[in-house]
Amino acid sequence: MTTHGIGAAVLRKEDERFLHGRGQYVADFRLAGMQEVAFVRSPVAHARLRAVHVPDRFRDVVFTAKDLVGVKPIVSSPPLKGFKHSSQPILATGKVRYVGELVAMCLAPSRAQAEDIAGEISLDFEELPAVTDMLAALAPGAPLVHEEWGDNVFVEFSEGGAIDEIAKSAAIKVTREIRTSRHCMFPMEGRGIVAYRDARLGHLTLITSTQFPHCVQTGLCECLGLEDAAVRVISPDVGGGFGYKGLLCREEVALGWLALRLRHPVRWLEDCREHLSANANCREHHYNITGYAARDGKLLAIDCVGYVDAGAYSDYPISSAPEAAQIANLLPGPYDFPAYRCRSAAVATNKCPIIPYRGVARSGICLAIEVVMDAIARATGREPYEVRLRNLVGPERMPFDNVVGKHFDSGDHPECLRRAVAAIRLSEIRARQQHPEPDGRLIGVGLSFFVEQGAHGTSVLASWGRPIVPGYEQANVRLTVDGDIEIRVGTHSHGQGHETTFAQVANEILGVEFDRIKVLQGDTLYTPYSTATWGSRSMVMGGGAVARASRMLAARAARIGAWLLQADAADARVSGGRVEAGNGSVTLREVARAWYLQPQNLPPDVDTGGLEVTAGYRAERDSGTFSYAAHAAVVALDPRSGLVEILDYVVVEDGGVLVNPMIVDGQVCGGTAQGIGTCLYEAMPFDAQGQPLASTLMDYMLPGATEVPDIRVLHMQTPSPYTEFGIKGLGEGGAVGPPAAIVSAVNDALRALRAEVHDLPLTPERILAAIEAAREQTGNG
Amino acid sequence: MKPAAFELVRAGTLSEATKILLETQGAARVVAGAQSLGPMLNLRLVQPRILVDITGIAELTETADDADALTLGACITTANIEDGHLPGRALQALPAVAARIAYRAVRNRGTIGGSLCHADPAADWVSALCALGAECVIAGAHAARRLAVEQFVTGAFETALAPGELLQAIRIPRPSPRARWGYHKLCRKAGEFAFAIGAVLDDRERGSFRLVIGATRGRPLLATDARELREGDGRGLNEAAVLRLLERGGIGDAVARRQYLAAVARAWGEAGTA
Repeated sequence: MTTHGIGAAVLRKEDERFLHGRGQYVADFRLAGMQEVAFVRSPVAHARLRAVHVPDRFRDVVFTAKDLVGVKPIVSSPPLKGFKHSSQPILATGKVRYVGELVAMCLAPSRAQAEDIAGEISLDFEELPAVTDMLAALAPGAPLVHEEWGDNVFVEFSEGGAIDEIAKSAAIKVTREIRTSRHCMFPMEGRGIVAYRDARLGHLTLITSTQFPHCVQTGLCECLGLEDAAVRVISPDVGGGFGYKGLLCREEVALGWLALRLRHPVRWLEDCREHLSANANCREHHYNITGYAARDGKLLAIDCVGYVDAGAYSDYPISSAPEAAQIANLLPGPYDFPAYRCRSAAVATNKCPIIPYRGVARSGICLAIEVVMDAIARATGREPYEVRLRNLVGPERMPFDNVVGKHFDSGDHPECLRRAVAAIRLSEIRARQQHPEPDGRLIGVGLSFFVEQGAHGTSVLASWGRPIVPGYEQANVRLTVDGDIEIRVGTHSHGQGHETTFAQVANEILGVEFDRIKVLQGDTLYTPYSTATWGSRSMVMGGGAVARASRMLAARAARIGAWLLQADAADARVSGGRVEAGNGSVTLREVARAWYLQPQNLPPDVDTGGLEVTAGYRAERDSGTFSYAAHAAVVALDPRSGLVEILDYVVVEDGGVLVNPMIVDGQVCGGTAQGIGTCLYEAMPFDAQGQPLASTLMDYMLPGATEVPDIRVLHMQTPSPYTEFGIKGLGEGGAVGPPAAIVSAVNDALRALRAEVHDLPLTPERILAAIEAAREQTGNG
Repeated sequence: MKPAAFELVRAGTLSEATKILLETQGAARVVAGAQSLGPMLNLRLVQPRILVDITGIAELTETADDADALTLGACITTANIEDGHLPGRALQALPAVAARIAYRAVRNRGTIGGSLCHADPAADWVSALCALGAECVIAGAHAARRLAVEQFVTGAFETALAPGELLQAIRIPRPSPRARWGYHKLCRKAGEFAFAIGAVLDDRERGSFRLVIGATRGRPLLATDARELREGDGRGLNEAAVLRLLERGGIGDAVARRQYLAAVARAWGEAGTA
């Protein structure tokens, strides 16, 4: 290992500019003559739009669907059997299907003036009954979001098979109904777009805050009828994405169209209300899950029906399928059991689309299966961790294919759980629970365990049905005249620190000084095409590509270096930024000088590809890496107010070989903070008419610094057998474990009161209502 | 989320401000720290033609201290109260309440008078000042008047201010040295508006024993003679009596009643009233 290579906790290159306030986000681009856009959005959830009235004086600065001649709607239809496609107009026409849907675009020198104009536009519509709940949407006679479908189901999935025999003979049967709230993703930086025509390069250029510039380019071309050579997408510094910036926005198409018409740049910056109430939500699931077990806690079967409230449209390119698909095929989690049956469906409602948020469906799935594990523990009178241990897969069985064929690549799951139990000091908590707390609060301890499939490859994604399936991730690595390394990647860091970690990979292989390695990303003009950054894939896939390209570059440099050293090329190798052969060595800078400036010194059989390599990479086996983690939480619950405080939180995590453990800790802690939000705070409620009820941060509650405890992160590092350096994807896991661990802890605290809660978020009101209900039941019983 | 155009007037004196308010007949809104009005303007929930900025009026940042009461100008910020930048003998309750209002950035700009005039039922000053028996000193285009806080706040986001009137100062009676004070609010997270507030001032020497239940849907519920909320033995809180107070205040939901009770019980305990 070099001092800045794989495994070094080096400080992040990008933080120099971030910490000095010199990051460059979309809103930092102020182009000459730029005008601002404000959108008129649908005020109702479901209506037939009869007319949009634009006062004559605004004719030239207001645009509606009528103006967007030739612009295609966003259609995101995975090639899955039975998938019903939705056609999402850029500006509404015919029907509006959720509050916040774009209806008209208003242009003015300032945003305030554009909003003034928006206020003058009136809509003539005939309101239709809205369907705002996924279960109600399934009922016969429910209003239809898309009439031509005949029902409200985007797509259904089914996994597993017969469980009846096992179910009949099982000693223990537990059933729970669980609902997770719809919530918002809330990156620090909202979306934002600057669009203009670049006459010199012949581009429509979009500067947009996105996780995947190339997918936006492809989608934009489809909607606007352009070739990709005519479109450039720049994604500068991105202040968080979490999935929210993993789709083609209608605003991107609208501004692209507008920029092509005009001679000046245009800009739209999403505001907080638009983020909260209009663009995309996440996480809303409903589970009806039954677990069958033997008296010793051995899990025998899982039977589940799960629904995703997918909102009105299928977003591009993710589509509305993967969340429901994951419920069906990731629900078994880490556990080994013989019989499984799960049906899931993505249900359309008159709400904005659901898109994958960090962890996608897995925070809900993890909650569902872990609630069952806790219920089995109660029913069998065992410690919850013992029931989990009983059902985990031991290291001697790795690699392991679970009940639905998920291939766990490596690891020691039981050891991970044991370390979490020790770190949270379970026996001390159990002793503490024997005595009442002086402040009257109840103490609870809870656990969750999960596997995190990351870096899903071609075969997995093709089966989940994405319109854009990732293949070989590419990286371009270049030795410059001065002996520096430039890396160009199509993945795009939106907080992950790729400028640092990809440089660490190149440093590991080439030994060029860390400070002389630069990572370039976020521009379709100079980076390889990529499905970019999502799904815990960039370090495995992008890092793998950087490694491969670096090695190829090293081989080319070694040949030139050997010639300069008058040594045999077979003896030459690159190390520490030099080509070494025998006792001699030359620097890579000298090699670069020879190639670029003194070609008379090159060997006659030099690789004419030069000192720049683009290489593609895919893991040896592309079924995904399987990180895993145990989360453990201690809570104090006030049975008078219903408030929950997290007293201690431990994460024991195995993300394979860690490229930069400091960055990993940051990702785990950041994800855990979001998971705490999912569990205790975040909810976007809707009223019966489909109005979103939390349109400001006064109503939409995010965890803050005081709500997130010091998270103790412990690592195990089991290399993946299939990837470069044994790296595994781990960016999402932090957000997956907390809801299950905290719900488990809260229910542990409530045990004495015989109350149980499962619906998220765990508001004080829900907890008190559960206590109230348990009291009534005890009273009546 | 940018405000509609408005005219900004910076009033230099109280009489200038009240004159504008009277003449514009509701087309003007008073602005001080803008911590509530600012977001409302940005969301275009309010679109006044004129904003009257009163932060330059000297009288409104004045304080007065006498034996009976502390008088705070309406434009004194919550941060100044938190930091104890008040004259005379400290009135301990105030910095303690101030320190837990929203976040420091909000406290730096938000004013005590602005909070009362906005009259959000969940605002701390509404409940705390009511429990302390404070009075609002109101300047008017024609005459000045005084109103107890519980009369000043008439409902959720509603006050007794008439056109042309401006809240000038808040007069807080000084509790006796042996007075007991308890204040507790329940929030889902630090800095959020409370969902239940309890406040107790037990000042027998001054013949005052007040209990307030705040963060309701309207103005705070006030027991001006909290002796009736004591248990028979005179020390503990009579929960049944509190529940009756809540019921009279129209709070029927069982879960909400439990939460108000929890807040009140904590405040009662803090006051250690006997």
